[in-house]
Amino acid sequence: MLFLKYIWLIPLFPAFGAAVMFFFGRKLKKATVSAVCVGMIVLAFVIACGAVWQYSVWSSSQEHFHQPYQTILYTWLGTDTGHMNYLTHDGTPAAFQADAGFLLDPLSSIWLLFVTGVGMLIHIYSTGYMAHESGYYRFFGYLNLFMFSMLTLILANNYVLLFVGWEGVGLCSYLLIGFYFHRKSASDAAAKAFIVNRIGDAGFILGMFFIAWYFGSLRFTEVTHLAHSGRFAIGDPIITAATLLLFVGACGKSAQLPLYIWLPDAMEGPTPVSALIHAATMVTAGVYMIARSNALFVLAPTSMKTVAIVGALTAIFAASIGLVQNDIKRVLAYSTVSQLGYMFLALGVGAFTAGVFHVFTHAFFKALLFLGAGSVIHSMSGEQDMRNMGDLGHRIPITHRTMLIATLAIAGIFPFAGFFSKDAILWETWSREGGAYRFLWYIGYATALMTAFYMFRLMYLTFHGRPRMSHEAEHHIHESPLSMTAPLVALALCAIGAGWLGWPHSLGGSDRFTAFLEPVFAPEARVLQQEGRTSQLVQGVEEEKNTSTEWLLMALSLGAAGLGWGMAWRSYRHADKGYTEPIAIAAPPVYDVLLHKYYVDEGYDYVFTGRRKLGPVRLGVLGLGEASSWFDTHVVDGLVNGAGWIIRLAATISSWWDKWIIDGIGVNGPAILARMLSYPMRLLEWGLVQWYALVMTAGLVGFVFYYVWH
Amino acid sequence: MESMLHITTLHYLILGAALFLLGVIGVLTRRNVVVVLMSIELILNAVNLNLVAFSRMWGGLHGQVFAIFVITDAAAEAAVGLGILIAFFRNKETVNIDEVNLLKW
Repeated sequence: MLFLKYIWLIPLFPAFGAAVMFFFGRKLKKATVSAVCVGMIVLAFVIACGAVWQYSVWSSSQEHFHQPYQTILYTWLGTDTGHMNYLTHDGTPAAFQADAGFLLDPLSSIWLLFVTGVGMLIHIYSTGYMAHESGYYRFFGYLNLFMFSMLTLILANNYVLLFVGWEGVGLCSYLLIGFYFHRKSASDAAAKAFIVNRIGDAGFILGMFFIAWYFGSLRFTEVTHLAHSGRFAIGDPIITAATLLLFVGACGKSAQLPLYIWLPDAMEGPTPVSALIHAATMVTAGVYMIARSNALFVLAPTSMKTVAIVGALTAIFAASIGLVQNDIKRVLAYSTVSQLGYMFLALGVGAFTAGVFHVFTHAFFKALLFLGAGSVIHSMSGEQDMRNMGDLGHRIPITHRTMLIATLAIAGIFPFAGFFSKDAILWETWSREGGAYRFLWYIGYATALMTAFYMFRLMYLTFHGRPRMSHEAEHHIHESPLSMTAPLVALALCAIGAGWLGWPHSLGGSDRFTAFLEPVFAPEARVLQQEGRTSQLVQGVEEEKNTSTEWLLMALSLGAAGLGWGMAWRSYRHADKGYTEPIAIAAPPVYDVLLHKYYVDEGYDYVFTGRRKLGPVRLGVLGLGEASSWFDTHVVDGLVNGAGWIIRLAATISSWWDKWIIDGIGVNGPAILARMLSYPMRLLEWGLVQWYALVMTAGLVGFVFYYVWH
Repeated sequence: MESMLHITTLHYLILGAALFLLGVIGVLTRRNVVVVLMSIELILNAVNLNLVAFSRMWGGLHGQVFAIFVITDAAAEAAVGLGILIAFFRNKETVNIDEVNLLKW
């Protein structure tokens, strides 16, 4: 059990790589940088594989049957002094503590494997893609730091440590989007991603505090245990609030409505970053977190419905924008948002397994699409606009074929990976009771059609039709080096085969994926079933009917994929210079709205940032700033000046009073009076002593006479 | 003859009154401050004479004790008065009392 015991080493390898790059990277040669950083990820991948293998052995033994493996190194947050103690909602004392603890269960195993696996391939790819870029060591340092954060997020055994990883990946996302920081658009996009993510993170933190207050613990195992204990009613308002807040966090990180706006802009980063962070791994952290909190979410049907509705709306919303975008990476970015919407739809309808399955398959084919797009951009000397591409198919054949595989996978063509996961989601949505869920299914179905259309549009515009690039660019077109094509091929194999792990029973498979995840989601499935929130009482005739329905749905979604493909084939197969968009011809206003992304960024500028004025009024943050400034200059300063004016007036009055009344009447008045009275008196004092003596004598004589005669 | 020779209290009083009158006239009329001071001495000694005379007439000693007090007082008064006078003379180079007229309105 060596690997299992040391799972905490998995995040530390990339952390070591990042530290080396931070301290010594500038002095190292590119070859050394590649060796250290890629080497660390390979080591992490190897240990991860070993750990998952040992875990599957461990958890199938009699004594640890289906238990999560947990190893706690030490308590890193909170002390034993009692300073961080608090009372939970029912008055029992609890300590706010978080371990540096690592949890391995089927859910984290899946993430661990594809994050390290895809991460390793993308690292290898980057050595080719970034070979001629400056800041090579910086790029790899950030990538390794990202891997460290992501692995911490995945392996954390409590919400707080997960949040540390969550913030870490957010930081790395910021750093890597702004990798070309000398470009204004890149640094703006980085700031946008960071700020929008903060909004979600605020929700996450609040949700976390709700959980701490309600359950008295932040450890996943304990929270899940308490949630299963039956002490909490279904629909408990506090749990609903907590889960909704967690979902706000997930919306930020996983780019759901209305916080998805940062992800398309994040394409300013280098393409391997888009592949690793903004397609395969980081953006699925929200799905991971909700899947991790599944025990709470099943107790909050309102939250589940919210998740499902937001997911479905995001899916179709982003897909419709993707229909008309011209930047190859932006199409893929909107596609990512749309696919993430699918995942949340799955989580929301209680099909946690299907959601996780889609994360898993999506990681491969979307990483492949991005890396392929990177290879295209590489060969086109940096050109990203599909209007200036075309006819690249036979010039860069490996890129073309691998991307075709990924496109077939994402479009949901049998038997590529996306078919299985997307179909699982649509089937689970269909089989939920209630008309509203049917509506969500229609949305998902329409999204599938759009997905096929925009992906094949991308393929035809890039690899087929007439060449539309400049002669100079055409001259430079070349297939990418082995370090880039090898990961493409590896990912292509995964994009074909990853879905087979979840080959459904209805098609004669064994659905190993669901079985593997059963320890995590089985109790929730039971709860949902008892609540009558799923209709899968698969028995006898029901089963026959269900299976045939499932086949029908599969055929329908294959039909949708084929239809989308056909439409793209018809419109873009022969695309030449100045080709026309079918949507622009059919409905110019719709095309305009889609091209401008529903004017959401503009709307946010009007309402939330205030960079645009709504008539004479400015709303949002800048509006608030303006209003505050106005309030300050007019009201606060007015009050200050008013107070000053009053005091000055009072001082003037007081000074007049002092000068004329106090000094005049009170002080000088008696003096003047005394002086006036003194005039007659002082006439008596004329200074000749003998006269005074004479007067005295006369007085004396007078007295004597008076007494003598009296 | 005997009654003619006998000096009664009345005689002393008359002598005292005469001395007093002389002193008063001196204080009021002489311009020299030294003379004025001397005239004050005359007044004081006229009083002394009265005190001693009455003391002898009543047979007590109170009057005589008072006379000694007055002599002491006169000595002090002469010292202070002459001191002031010298200070005054140094300033004004005169001892004419009409010149001593600063203390007025």
